[in-house]
Amino acid sequence: MKKALLIAAALTVTGTASAAGKLEIFSWWSGDEGPALDALVKLYKQRYPTVAVDNATVSGGAGTNAKAVLKTRMLGGTPPDSFQVHAGQELIGTWVVSNRMEDLSSLFKSEGWDKAFPKDVIGLLSSKGGIWSVPVNVHRSNVMWYNPAKLKAWGVTAPKTWAEFLTTCSALKAKGVAAPLVVGENWTQQHLWESVMIGTLGAQGWQNLWAGKTKFTDPKVVQGFTTFGRVMDCANKDASGLSWQQASDRIADGTSAFNIMGDWAAGYFTTTKKLQPNTGFGFTPSPGTGGTFVMLADSFGLPKGVKNRTEALNWLRLMGSKAGQDAFNPLKGSIAARTDSDLSKYNTYSRAAAADWKRNKIVGSLVHGAVAPESFMSAFGAVIDQFVASKNAQGAAAAAQQLATRSGIGQ
Amino acid sequence: MKGLSRDRLWSIAVLLPSILLLAVFVYGFIARTVYVSLTDWGNDPAQALALDPIIRWVGLANYQELFTGFLQGRFRQELVNTIFFTLFFILGCLGLGLGLALVLDRNPRGEGLWRTIFLFPMSLSFIVTGTIWRWMLQPQGGVNQFPNAVGLPAGQFSWLSSTDSIWKFDWNALPLITASVVGLVLILLAVRAARAGDRTRAIVSGLCAALLLGWALFVGPNVRLLPAPEPHGFNLALIGIIIAAVWQMSGYTMALYLAGLRGIPEELREAARVDGANDFGMYRHVIFPLLAPITLSAMIILGHISLKIFDLVYAMTGPDNTYTSVPALNMYLTSFRQNQFALGAAIGTILLILVAFVIVPYLSSSFRGEEGHA
Repeated sequence: MKKALLIAAALTVTGTASAAGKLEIFSWWSGDEGPALDALVKLYKQRYPTVAVDNATVSGGAGTNAKAVLKTRMLGGTPPDSFQVHAGQELIGTWVVSNRMEDLSSLFKSEGWDKAFPKDVIGLLSSKGGIWSVPVNVHRSNVMWYNPAKLKAWGVTAPKTWAEFLTTCSALKAKGVAAPLVVGENWTQQHLWESVMIGTLGAQGWQNLWAGKTKFTDPKVVQGFTTFGRVMDCANKDASGLSWQQASDRIADGTSAFNIMGDWAAGYFTTTKKLQPNTGFGFTPSPGTGGTFVMLADSFGLPKGVKNRTEALNWLRLMGSKAGQDAFNPLKGSIAARTDSDLSKYNTYSRAAAADWKRNKIVGSLVHGAVAPESFMSAFGAVIDQFVASKNAQGAAAAAQQLATRSGIGQ
Repeated sequence: MKGLSRDRLWSIAVLLPSILLLAVFVYGFIARTVYVSLTDWGNDPAQALALDPIIRWVGLANYQELFTGFLQGRFRQELVNTIFFTLFFILGCLGLGLGLALVLDRNPRGEGLWRTIFLFPMSLSFIVTGTIWRWMLQPQGGVNQFPNAVGLPAGQFSWLSSTDSIWKFDWNALPLITASVVGLVLILLAVRAARAGDRTRAIVSGLCAALLLGWALFVGPNVRLLPAPEPHGFNLALIGIIIAAVWQMSGYTMALYLAGLRGIPEELREAARVDGANDFGMYRHVIFPLLAPITLSAMIILGHISLKIFDLVYAMTGPDNTYTSVPALNMYLTSFRQNQFALGAAIGTILLILVAFVIVPYLSSSFRGEEGHA
């Protein structure tokens, strides 16, 4: 009897605790990215001390594991209060089209975010007249990394166009550099493809491609595939065995001259490899994309039918605020999506990127989920693999077009 | 009421829960998966994850897509990969396992220790094995550095990252190849039946063989599954994965064979020696035939492991490497990354059928054996 009373008492206590508020955050930020998330959670707890924050992290790079768990939870009818997703079509093509998300337009208006974020970004986050997620950070995908000392020794400069790149490549090969360009496993090759394609089509052409105005079978896109094939001829042959870090290592040790990777490489070079920007490693927009900022962003959305809607909205408010973004981004190694962030908190590379963020034309990244839904992205890897083996540009373009039609791109 | 004695009621009551659970969670789910594979769930992204998705019946369209669809070249390569992987994995495990067992059967010093060492890899999970072997098979390090130790230049073979393949064939020729192979097997059966004096059997299989071969010669070459030729072959990068898998599982076949060898009575060996058999003859005519049932059961176990392999490939070459991919991996990616649930279910069903090819003959033969004893 006494035991039963005790249990009943315990239940009421936990009952009152949950009445004070709870919030579940679902993300794949663990390991290196954990501290940045912790900083945000700490800030949230300062503002709303009675709310118990449940940090449901599913580890695994780029959220491959987390996304599978998320799907089972959403299909099972227990959505987390707010979940991490790559901003843009990765959310829209999966969850918005299936009518599972709440429109955040009114939140954007009341918080004044439609002015705080660049217009191009709002465009990427919107579809069907709604805005669907709050971007916390921004990464740039179109960066070419190089080794300044080695380039000097070889007597070449960082190329500005892909044509120039191919000339530089043959010059380096003549000097005995086996692989002037280093690439890694499949997704880094898609990453390279994206830079080549934007460098070929231009920012507007790239946007037309994903709006369905340009077909993949268009001669210009086929030309982009051909260029990509010639660029891959400059690359190492053991690509599929390398992670992006191992590929970056070859820039640091000077085995290869160039690498196209997102700006998380800056964090790897400075923090892990202890190199100084501009001396230990150099960076420039990837060939043909000067003045264009290819972005990807982590963002949080609000699923329909969550248990703690008010707390989740407060969480989103914090993530979009200047204080929230400036607490998070210096630790994550990214820049703030807002244009008014406090640049003194950031490092050399990030400041340069933040300056470009304000000035440049902004377009979305394919491989990091901004412009195409998951159904396209995930299958596109096989198209790239087949193309790298066969170098059949027409065939790859036709396959990509079929994929695009199947995934409903441009509809 | 002899049928419903107390004992019998008890046994029914005890067995019922597991029968019910099996019915729902194994057979019910199999039925559900097969049903989903015949629908279009997920082909339209807007319906894939909707609260109340509209799901239409499409019959065998998903299977047709997998075998002849322009975009599903990856799946076809995976089927070819699975066949080669299964073949070399089973041969490797059986060969190495038998070799080790024969050595240990001679009672070397420290036999118990060796047995433990050889059996040990089996206690690891495939993820661990995969991670270790991925390090060892790095193109720039590990195994390729071994020649350095004796002053030779490092090896150049890209174990897991090779994109070359050998024994290529065109997918369009698949019906032709299948018909020819089955036809040849039927001819063989016919000849055997004729020799054994079974006339009807010989005639029936002879006729079937003639039909199939005729089809292969006259109709087969004109069948086009795909608009363009699509070469598939044995990808060299698979060799690294096969090595790791053989390393993991050959200890198990060794244990099986060792038990079999120890089970052969000493009298048989002595009798063979008395009859004048040398060592080779004794193994060839006495011991290996007695090990045949063990080989069969090892093949069944290894066969179904290799068909459903997933974690080893994931750990060694990642999910997106089409050169080493296997259907189980594709099933996961198709269902949970591309949200194409029906297509994923179709891949799952094909895997189930492949596994059934291995398991069902074994089950039926063992059931028949039991009835024979009873």
